[in-house]
Order: sequence, then structure tokens, then C-alpha cells
Amino acid sequence: MKRFLPLIIFAVMVVFLAIGLKLNPRDIPSPLIDRAVPQFTLPLLNDSDSLFSPDDLRGQVWMLNVWASWCVACRAEHPVLNRMVNQNKDIVLIGMNYKDQQSAADAWLKRFGNPYRHTFVDRDGRVGIDWGVYGVPESFIVDKKGVIRYKHTGPVDDAAVNGRLLPLIKKLSEEKI
Amino acid sequence: MRTLLFLLFMLISISLQAGVDIREFSDPAMTKRYTTLINELRCLVCQNQNLADSNSELAQDLRRQVFEMLGSGKTDGEITDFMVQRYGDFVLYRPPFKATTLFLWAGPFVLLFIAVIVLLRFIRARASQIPLVLSDEDRRKVQDLLKEEGKN
Repeated sequence: MKRFLPLIIFAVMVVFLAIGLKLNPRDIPSPLIDRAVPQFTLPLLNDSDSLFSPDDLRGQVWMLNVWASWCVACRAEHPVLNRMVNQNKDIVLIGMNYKDQQSAADAWLKRFGNPYRHTFVDRDGRVGIDWGVYGVPESFIVDKKGVIRYKHTGPVDDAAVNGRLLPLIKKLSEEKI
Repeated sequence: MRTLLFLLFMLISISLQAGVDIREFSDPAMTKRYTTLINELRCLVCQNQNLADSNSELAQDLRRQVFEMLGSGKTDGEITDFMVQRYGDFVLYRPPFKATTLFLWAGPFVLLFIAVIVLLRFIRARASQIPLVLSDEDRRKVQDLLKEEGKN
């Protein structure tokens, strides 16, 4: 037994290091899960006279996607979102245009398509701080009661959409208020 | 000459970068609190830097947030709570002591304790193995060695 002790210690270390290697340091658990959405009112991108507030969507399941025209990963994510909304017309996808320029954001949506039902503008990143945004793109799923139920940091891909987002949206849509 | 110029430009660039956002409070105690806070809060974009070191957009925004909250009379605790509510304990370079961080805080002491016990047992085991009195053979070997030493 004693002879194998170093081997056992080594094996335990290997297991721990292997787990450590698999963890993604960017995956920081959000403390906002299961908490009410932050309250704010911000102007819409296409119509700065209209205001958006999360209360407008109370009673509906919706998805928030934080994006910016300067964000390279958002470009990779955009076709995925377009596809998702095209194939599921009843999904309420809201965009948060984060720390961006009006003209650049407009041009971006024109060029790559607009999957968002509404996009509101967070020019100086203050509402972004309330949502705990640290790495654009980020996506959140909010339930009918206005509680954040899921957060995806980084670009969503088809696997994430079909494996996690759509099933969760479906499940939450069946919940009664 | 070229090297000298290069070094000179390097120095200039460093001082320019450091001057990006300097925030002044009229009260030096506030400045000190501000500095302490931004040194203890982690930048989430460049994870091995604190807010004071990082020049990322998010770090700039969070520095502004800390500055404004201090200006509006918030306590240090209120400011760190604000950050933890949004970004989790991860934003703190000094994580709080609670059930999920128990291993983090107590782990090193537990390991030290185990190491000391192992060391003590090792020393004791060795002490009991080595005879304190030299056998006749050992004595002869020692004398041989000493003699050789003397010759050299």
C-alpha cells in the first residue's frame, strides 16, 4: 500500500488537473440567474423617441441578446440568431445594442439582417453593468414573471440553440403565471 | 542612439497610457478608498488584472461606476455588494469566507497540518531506526576515513 502512495497522489492530481483543463475560465456563473430583470428604460435603435422597458414584456418569455457592431464574435453568432428566429417565428428576441455608434449599428443590421423584435440602445454601458455584461455577445432568457432563468456568455451556436435555448424557451412558455 | 530614442518613446507611451483616466477627489481619504476599491475588484475581461490595471472598456466603465458611487456617498461595502450582485464573487480578488469557498480558505492550512504530521512521523521513524552508538565496524570505518584525510 505504502509503495503505491506516490502513484495514488499522482493519479488524484492528474484527475484534478484534467478537470481544471476542461473548465472554461470565461464561464463565470451569473448571480442574476433566478433574479428579477434589472429595471431600466432605454430608447429603441430604430426610433429613439420610443422607449423599451422589460415590463413591456411581462407575461411573455423572451430572450435578450447583447450585441455590438464592433464585436467580432457577434458576427459569427448573427446567422445563428437569424436562423433561430426564422424557424421559430414566435420567439421574442430583443437586442441590446451595447456601447455602439448609431450609424454603425444601423448599417450592421442592414447588412446582416435583423432578427430582433426590438433593439434598445445602451450607449454608455450602464444598463450592461446591471445585467452583469462582461463579454459581448451574451444572451439571457427571461420567463413570464420577469425572472432571468438562463445566461449564455459568448456566441450561441446551433448546438446551444437546439440543445438548450429552444427547449428552455418551450418549457418556460408552458409555465403558468 | 536608436536604442536611446526607442527607450525614450517607450517611456512616453507609458506615461500617456497612465494618464488616460485620472480621477480626482477633493478629499484625499476618498482618493485612497477609490484606489483601494479598484485594486480589489477584478476586471472580468482580462481576468488576471484588477480594475486599476486594466484598460479594457468594461474596466473603464466599472471605474466610472465606483467613482460615481463614492461621490454619491456610498460606503465601500455598498459598492462591493453592488458589484457582487451583478458579477458574482468572482469580481472580488478576496473572496468571502462561506460554504462554497471553505476549501479555498481552509485548504492550505489543512495541507500544512497534514504535512507537519507526516514530517513529524518521518523524523520519529528515522530517529528510532538509527542506532545512537557506533558499532565496532562503523568505528573502524570512521578511523580509516580520518586517516586518509590526514594523509591528504
